[in-house]
Amino acid sequence: MAIDFELSEGSKLAQAHYHDIALKQMRPISRKYDLREHDLPVEWVDYWWNEGRFGTKGRSEKLTEGFITICLQAEELCWGDAGLYLRMPTPALGGSAVSSAGTKEQKQRFMSKFREEGGHPIWGAMAITEPQAGSDAAAIETTADFDPDTEEWILNGTKIFCTAGEGASTADGGFVVVWATIDKSAGRGGIKSFVVMANTPGMELIGCEKKLGIRASDTATLRFDNCRVPKENLLGSAEVRKKDPTKTGDKGFKGAMATFDASRPIVAAMATGVGRAALDFLKEELENQGVAIRYDAPPRELTAIERDVIEMEAELQAARLLTWRAAWMMNTGKRNNLEASMAKAKAGLAVTKITQKAVQILGPVGYSKKLLVEKWMRDAKINDIYEGTQQINQLIVARRILDYPSAMLR
Amino acid sequence: MIDFEPDEEQALIIETVHQFAENEIRPVARETDETGIPPAGVVEAAHELGLVANALPEAQGGGGARSAVTGALIAEELAWGDLAIALSILSPALLGFPVADFGNDAQKNELLPGLMDSAFVPGSLAIVEPRFDFDVYRPETTATRDGDEFVLQGRKCQVPWLDGGTHLVVIANERPSTASSSGPPASGHLAAFVVPRDAAGLLAEPELLMGLGGLPTVELAFERVRVPASSRLDAGDDDLRRLIDRGRVALAAAGVGTARAAYEVSREYAKVRETFGQPIATRQAIAFKLADMAIEIDGARLLVWEAAAALDRGEDASRLARLAWDQVTRIALQVADGAVQVFGGHGYIRDYLPELHLRNVAGFSSFEALALV
Repeated sequence: MAIDFELSEGSKLAQAHYHDIALKQMRPISRKYDLREHDLPVEWVDYWWNEGRFGTKGRSEKLTEGFITICLQAEELCWGDAGLYLRMPTPALGGSAVSSAGTKEQKQRFMSKFREEGGHPIWGAMAITEPQAGSDAAAIETTADFDPDTEEWILNGTKIFCTAGEGASTADGGFVVVWATIDKSAGRGGIKSFVVMANTPGMELIGCEKKLGIRASDTATLRFDNCRVPKENLLGSAEVRKKDPTKTGDKGFKGAMATFDASRPIVAAMATGVGRAALDFLKEELENQGVAIRYDAPPRELTAIERDVIEMEAELQAARLLTWRAAWMMNTGKRNNLEASMAKAKAGLAVTKITQKAVQILGPVGYSKKLLVEKWMRDAKINDIYEGTQQINQLIVARRILDYPSAMLR
Repeated sequence: MIDFEPDEEQALIIETVHQFAENEIRPVARETDETGIPPAGVVEAAHELGLVANALPEAQGGGGARSAVTGALIAEELAWGDLAIALSILSPALLGFPVADFGNDAQKNELLPGLMDSAFVPGSLAIVEPRFDFDVYRPETTATRDGDEFVLQGRKCQVPWLDGGTHLVVIANERPSTASSSGPPASGHLAAFVVPRDAAGLLAEPELLMGLGGLPTVELAFERVRVPASSRLDAGDDDLRRLIDRGRVALAAAGVGTARAAYEVSREYAKVRETFGQPIATRQAIAFKLADMAIEIDGARLLVWEAAAALDRGEDASRLARLAWDQVTRIALQVADGAVQVFGGHGYIRDYLPELHLRNVAGFSSFEALALV
């Protein structure tokens, strides 16, 4: 092994492939579904279901770079449109949860429909956040009670901010992974995740949020009212550990949290895509105006804009490389909990600032809805919030670098 | 394939250099800065590791294993011990690398073996000039052709000047002949010259800087210094721009090492210093500052590695070197300042290291080519 910053041929092909999709399938409808907030972006969803998801079929898997390639896909498609990316019919975070905590049988049962040809578009989603509990996932109040007569779990509670929750809860074949406690007194040890298939009686779609950005994404509120799921749909074991479950072999809470180690680099890559969209546009616009960025000019001779652009580029590239490092660690089987949070924290904040700066530099044009720059600024901000806010990721990084258990740093 | 793992040899070098930095450099960092005298035993001992010699050409007895990535890894670890001592240890490369890259056989045979002798011989490179409006690509120090000689005229500063050195490399603005030598040159045409330290008309004045106390540097005045035409290295404008990139990558790596040192000492301090009965590291105001430091250091390091890897592939790395350089200049200051802040009042006291780190990294906005990869 040796330090190397060159993408494999497979990754480069994938990058070009997804860039093309972003340009041809996403950008043309980007504004349309920003304005029509809760409409299903039919042309995009159909495209992805019928063609997009098979895009890399036939290409040698050996040439790709696992999670790095997934990150490249996320970056390119979010360069296209982050909201539409989140609306793709895929297992998404629900799939990540099943992959990291599910059995082989569960993976087959829940995921195979996403790979089969034909059928109709379906979605996966993960429901964690509740009206009173977001970042503090252990404080959730949704309950799961076991009914020994039917061998079913009965879910009760309300989930909010469930990305792709409309599609996942209403299109037959899709599913929502729901976090619930089976023993409130056990704290984190009592929290388990359950796969609830779309249209299961007792799961009700209450509605979708009206948001600052990523308006093409269905951010749902779901109510669970005596919603029964078979016991085979529990991810991990039903055993309640009174000890800190992150320190034991329990795949329940730990498995659920491990989902984030895989998903945070992807979210960081998504963020990088939105930031790059704004930066690419800004540089192109400056070039059209005859403003070239002089990378070799002494700092005192740089214009304010050149200085801004160079800093934006450095910040974006730092975010991208931290993301690739976390993804590369996934590939090599190294524990990347720290690095995943570093990437997410860096990327979320970097692109928030980059897109805001782009709007500022481009003045009235940047603020206008004639262009997409203002949209990218609104879309970018979510990356500093979801999948662990900036502060939650700082907290995780801080605990790790200080070697503090959670009780010592809250 | 994207890969962030140093190879086996690099891993061994990192380990060796880190141990050296921890056991030999760090314990004398403070004293060296206070006295301004490089710790001879330490620099000599580091010389025995062959860090520079390993990268010099085999034809002159070197290891022939020049790699910008490896150079960056070394610079970070050494600077983690202390920036000034790191730059002293690496100084032979300031003469050795330009001569190896652009010298003729006679120059290589004359100058390189000495840098690999058992005794440490420092190198030196003069590039920065003492002006507010200094532009590294358009130096005002001129080299004017006069028959078989060049006449060097101008001023340089931040020139490493450790005892025992014999030659230095001077970056100047080359002019065709004495006929057109009026006023400052309009456009840059960079050239590099090997100049003996005892050349007639070369005056060295020791300088005092905010930081780098342990690295002796001088301000140089070139008063019609005559050197034979053959002392001009065979390097064009583009070559020397690449040399500047190599300086930026090396310095950026050293900046990452310095920032890492500041971050680590403040992290350890935060775990033992208590307020209201708890270590200050348990407070988010401190813990989050430390987390941000860790994130920025890692991000900057990867930018440095990426630029170094581009250099090793022989690509034009000037944009990547600039990004890494700018990022390190910015975050190293942020980190070192944060470290002083974590220490509170003690951070301002010269018993502790953060104030030294802060003074050292403040120089990165003006440093050029104080080290090379």
